[in-house]
Amino acid sequence: MATTPSRDVAARLGEAFADYAPSAEGRDIVTIRPEYGLVIGGAERPAADGATITTIDPSTGDALARVAEAGAADVDAAVAAARRAYDGAWGAASPRDRAKLLFRLARLLQDRAREFAVLETLDGGKPIREARDVDVPLAAQHLFYHAGWADKLEYAVPGMRARALGVVGQIIPWNFPLLMAAWKLAPALACGNTVVLKPAETSPLTALLLAELVDEAGFPPGVVNVVTGAGATGAALVDHPGVAKIAFTGSTAVGKGIRRALAGRGVRLTLELGGKGAHIVFDDAAIDQAIEGIVDGIFFNQGHVCCAGSRLLVQETVAGDVMERLRARMELLRVGDPLDKNTDVGAINSHSQLVRIREFVDGAVEEGCAVHQPSRGVPDAGFFYPPTLVTDVGGSERIAREEVFGPVLTVQSFRTEREAVDRANSTRYGLSAGVWTEKGARILWMADNLHAGVVWANTFNRFDAASPFGGVRESGFGREGGRHGLEAYLDLTPVRA
Amino acid sequence: MSERVEVAKTYKLFIGGAFPRSESGRTHPVRDRRDRLVAHVAWASRKDLRDAVRAARAAQAAWAGRTAYNRAQIVYRIAEVLEGRRDQFEAELRVGGMTSRAARANLDAAIDGSVYWAGFADKLEQLAGGVNPVAGPFLNVSQTIPLGVCGLACPDDGGVSGMLGLVCPALAAGNAVVAVAGGRSALVSSTLGEVLATSDVPAGVANVLTGDHAALLGWLVDHADVDMVDLTGAPADSRADLEARTAENLTRWAATGGAEHLGTIMEFRDVRTVWHPARIL
Repeated sequence: MATTPSRDVAARLGEAFADYAPSAEGRDIVTIRPEYGLVIGGAERPAADGATITTIDPSTGDALARVAEAGAADVDAAVAAARRAYDGAWGAASPRDRAKLLFRLARLLQDRAREFAVLETLDGGKPIREARDVDVPLAAQHLFYHAGWADKLEYAVPGMRARALGVVGQIIPWNFPLLMAAWKLAPALACGNTVVLKPAETSPLTALLLAELVDEAGFPPGVVNVVTGAGATGAALVDHPGVAKIAFTGSTAVGKGIRRALAGRGVRLTLELGGKGAHIVFDDAAIDQAIEGIVDGIFFNQGHVCCAGSRLLVQETVAGDVMERLRARMELLRVGDPLDKNTDVGAINSHSQLVRIREFVDGAVEEGCAVHQPSRGVPDAGFFYPPTLVTDVGGSERIAREEVFGPVLTVQSFRTEREAVDRANSTRYGLSAGVWTEKGARILWMADNLHAGVVWANTFNRFDAASPFGGVRESGFGREGGRHGLEAYLDLTPVRA
Repeated sequence: MSERVEVAKTYKLFIGGAFPRSESGRTHPVRDRRDRLVAHVAWASRKDLRDAVRAARAAQAAWAGRTAYNRAQIVYRIAEVLEGRRDQFEAELRVGGMTSRAARANLDAAIDGSVYWAGFADKLEQLAGGVNPVAGPFLNVSQTIPLGVCGLACPDDGGVSGMLGLVCPALAAGNAVVAVAGGRSALVSSTLGEVLATSDVPAGVANVLTGDHAALLGWLVDHADVDMVDLTGAPADSRADLEARTAENLTRWAATGGAEHLGTIMEFRDVRTVWHPARIL
């Protein structure tokens, strides 16, 4: 692959200011068992056919644990356990009791925040700084926020009586394993449903630890069941006739397959799929802040973020300045040991994802794009990929159209607002967009015209339990978080005056 | 004297995060059901009330400036601390004339009510605020904003839940409060100050006065720096007079009773509408 390591002023700055002594977070706070079972009806058990998968530390490639791989029989048992809990103790629990249990779960997670952060980093490869400062606190906030809704559902949608749906199947991705688990469990439980959760095969450990906390908090057995496994496990959950709703976060291709599988069955569905977020910088923007936003937008969590700002659109008059500052900033990014508190960019989650990212960037070079990477290298062991800029992009290249899900940013320029909007909207996705300008009216006009479920203005990658999140077009449908996110987990009927 | 001599508690006021006696030097005797003296509780003066309002005003902006999520967690913390003090409160409620069963029910209601209001702190805006579809190229947003300093007339016979039923929604909504308790509830309200002081509620955000209800409430509604009074516990024969006196400063008033629904917490909020152009000119 052709790269252009730069040995300019920026690189020398990087050497001077970005080399810190390692400051590794201790991993002894976490005890990882050699084997984990499925969590069904409050008990842990192996898969019926004894199948297991091995989850690894992507920063070294070392095995962490063997985890049961649920088959159709196990999924059936999990749905049955969830149904029993729904018809039994959980269905009978008052809204107030549901609220109090969720508050308790939020507090337990806060108490053990450090343990969860270290485990998340070990199993998924994300920098400990992000696991500690983003994933875990945000997961706790989702539990806390939705706890407060459990006894206020009469206000969720005005004029509508709200009831639970039943057993909900939730399939979550590997990029934010704990956060996605909490983000999905919290509204489902607050609304009175029971859950069968399917974590991703490469990062199941924090969801399993969360299930232990659910038990510790005193939830009745069967309210939360966890079936670990890969695509076939998820498919068995989707195909199960006892599931009233499926919530899926993952790729657009799999999301489309789920919709086909559910066609005609009357099962509710929400999809939170891929994205190709545009990050639009106008010439009046506060450029230094915009650079930080761009860096956060694409290199946060190694770019394994569905709403990543993976396409930079910069106004022509400031393009040179923005690119120069962006390259200088990238020299200061530290790629390496995810447990090092100084690390900015951690490990790519899996070998297959690393291969995919390489293919994208190699393909971009073949299509005539130029590639820039910082001069400092990446560790030899484990799965790492450097922060990458792709320029000379026309817009029709594969790298400009498809989701890379890695630390790779394409760059294009524009002259007018209309051109920026047209370029930003030239994708089948519609999850996120970022706008950098000091003009309020321009922000609102852009937001009005961008095809995106979330628009960040003069910031990027902000998340909050109170803020609805989700996409338009092929980024999926349904919202998660906020008042709007409750609708997906409620059966609503009009209240007659 | 073979038995250990108990250390009796001094029941004081709670102002600005501290526990002063009344500046008046006066106290009020509280007797149990058999008319035995239990304690003297501090008897707040008009000066104490002014001090409490000043402390509340000084603390309110920073409290409202915290995130709703943070306020929610602090109100929830009140419930956590209260749960650990059940026995003490039950004993004090019984001295005030409640049966054990009634005292326990009162505490259940107080603790669970605090949890209910904790959950409202970060919901209120989504239920009572919103975007208005004005007929022009503008973003028009109505936000709910706190009233400021709220004076709370706690019911004499409401126990712990009677007081927290007013304090918690007012705090969740971003206000600072001066809670006024009279009569038998003075014992628990004084101890409640200790709960508020150890629940991460910043000093001055919640203040508790015990004394002569009728006099204190009059001074409260007359005070020019009090934005709202909840007259739930005001003596029935003084209600009309107190309402009339709010006309002087147009102090808002309500009598929420601490009822657990959206209407109660909305009494502790006002509305601000913001316009912004939404078209490139």
